Amino acid sequence: MKAALAELQIELTPYQINTLSQAAYTGWVWTTDNFHKMTILPETKQILFNTIIYVTFTLLLFNVGFALVLAIATFYLPKGQAGIFRALWLLPRISPSVLYVVLWKWLTWDTGFLNAILNPLGVAQRNWMLDTTLNAWVFVVLINGFIGASMGMILFSSAITAIPKPLLYASEVDGANRWQQIRFIILPQLKWPILFVTVYQCLSLLTSFEQILLSTDGGPGSTTEVWALAAYHNALDNYWGNLQYGYGAALALVLVVIGVIMSFIFLRFFRFQELVRQPRIEQ
Amino acid sequence: MEIILEDFTKRFGEVTVIEKMNLKIREGELLALLGPSGCGKSTTLFTICGIHRVDGGRVLFGDQDVSRVPAQQRNVGVVFQSYALYPHMSVFENIAFPLTVRKEHKNTIREKVAEIAELVHIGELLKRRPEQLSGGQQQRVALARALVRKPSILLLDEPLANLDAKLRLEMRSEIRRIQLETRISAVLVTHDQVEAMSMSDRIAIMKEGEILQVASPTEMYQQPINDFVAGFLGNPPIAFLDAHVQEGEIHLLNRKIQFNFPGSSMPTNGTKIRLGIRPEHYQPNNPIQIPGTISFVETQGRENLYDVMLDDGSILRSIQSSATESIEKSAQVLWGIQPDKVLIFDQAGNRI
Ligand SMILES: Nc1ncnc2c1ncn2[C@@H]1O[C@H](COP(=O)(O)OP(=O)(O)OP(=O)(O)O)[C@@H](O)[C@H]1O
Ligand SMILES: [Mg+2]
Repeated sequence: MKAALAELQIELTPYQINTLSQAAYTGWVWTTDNFHKMTILPETKQILFNTIIYVTFTLLLFNVGFALVLAIATFYLPKGQAGIFRALWLLPRISPSVLYVVLWKWLTWDTGFLNAILNPLGVAQRNWMLDTTLNAWVFVVLINGFIGASMGMILFSSAITAIPKPLLYASEVDGANRWQQIRFIILPQLKWPILFVTVYQCLSLLTSFEQILLSTDGGPGSTTEVWALAAYHNALDNYWGNLQYGYGAALALVLVVIGVIMSFIFLRFFRFQELVRQPRIEQ
Repeated sequence: MEIILEDFTKRFGEVTVIEKMNLKIREGELLALLGPSGCGKSTTLFTICGIHRVDGGRVLFGDQDVSRVPAQQRNVGVVFQSYALYPHMSVFENIAFPLTVRKEHKNTIREKVAEIAELVHIGELLKRRPEQLSGGQQQRVALARALVRKPSILLLDEPLANLDAKLRLEMRSEIRRIQLETRISAVLVTHDQVEAMSMSDRIAIMKEGEILQVASPTEMYQQPINDFVAGFLGNPPIAFLDAHVQEGEIHLLNRKIQFNFPGSSMPTNGTKIRLGIRPEHYQPNNPIQIPGTISFVETQGRENLYDVMLDDGSILRSIQSSATESIEKSAQVLWGIQPDKVLIFDQAGNRI
């Protein structure tokens, strides 16, 4: 509609546009056009690919990987230090997302912290976050990962402390060094929490987009535009003003369906029931 | 291998649990570490295997000082009270674990595991998981895992505590058999005196972080150095009577009963003493008769146990074959003691 107005070279105030939109609203119809559109638009492939990159890297590197590293490292630290360390990693989770992302922006801005340090060393000034696609991805994953790592860390930490002490003692007198103790005793005991965090975080990453929206907003270009963000953009925040509620809703619906299907696959594949039921040996 | 604790001291924060303990475990012997709950038995064991560090003194394996050697390098086999089997590993993997972490060759591991499984009679269980085993079988697996590495010493922390009575008897002799077959030095921690007496070559009796006496079971039973040791060994337990010494005689119960002081190191006139009388030494046909009233009867099948209350309210115990006619509660009896079988302690509890 707006495009049509532009063609006619009519300029209107937002209020007038609004009124016009209401008048022009044609009511709803049953249609699969939006899904059809989805399959032919090249950008669909792009956001699908982006989503896979986003979820995989954030999940493996941070929500599970880094969380494990944190939990295991703090387990071997003295109690007090471990507590402080864990509390520190909770900060990203409990701070308001807008504030949190703004901090990252300060860090990476043209006149931000990174540049303030690197400039004197002869590194050219740039916006580190949006400079290249790779940079954008690194920061998207970092920003989300720092938030997501805390949940895994807490779950893994408590699971590690729940391992009966004699088991760890036994492995030490049996000759296992730190690494072998982690590899043969601790990690196998964390199987269930690791699966749980993987599944849970995978599903929640699929639908999360607010940090990306606040940081790169899908940029540069649409290289970090993920599925959920695309749904939002199409439905509620189109730069050109032609809000496509229907198409956005269709995108969101696909996401829900993917989530449900994945949940079923996970439930099947990991046989949660069995894991939960498995009797734990008395220690 | 001979193991020596030399002035071993252990603190937890401010609390000193063990102060300057000295203990020697001889080559090839099974030494029982016996004592009440909380006296520091596990602490001592955990220090020998390196889980705890010493806060003073030394731990010697042979002539090597291992006080600063980490647990991983001490080559000690430990059977924990809870067995501490790795729940996610099969029996085979559990037993093989000490060899696996040493990166021994697969075939060597298989051979050694098979050999040790044979020794502890669990050859057919190797594929199972710990949770699919009975308590006694778990115990055997734990023992196999401790032994497979040919340890310098075998440590057993209350290994029988979690078993039912019948299994306990069975495992008692099994552990002893395996220890004798492997001729490995071993320490058995227990608070059960029967276990200590029946399984060990020597007993070290502990109280509040201190070793009171180290002796063979028989010697410790017959010649306890103080009333605590005398009271800890023997079931039903020894009974104590107050008495005092007068002109070479021991006077009991307001002088109603008097007999010559046995032995030579006679205390001075008027010294208050305590007599320790074991149930098997208070019997119908003994010379020094002490009258009393039966206050309690316990039938133990082969034997009957009687508590006899004396005139002054103190109690003596007697254990007698149930083949003889059993005596009813409240009956008057006139049983006796044998002076040379009586254990005599001073006021502080030390044996005279
Ligand atoms: N990690 C610890 N921190 C603080 N105190 C401890 C610790 N371990 C043991 N203690 C204390 O040291 C003392 C001896 O404990 P230990 O476990 O050696 O007793 P034990 O003789 O093995 O008793 P039990 O027969 O009940 O196992 C106890 O008073 C206990 O409270
Ligand atoms: Mg203990």
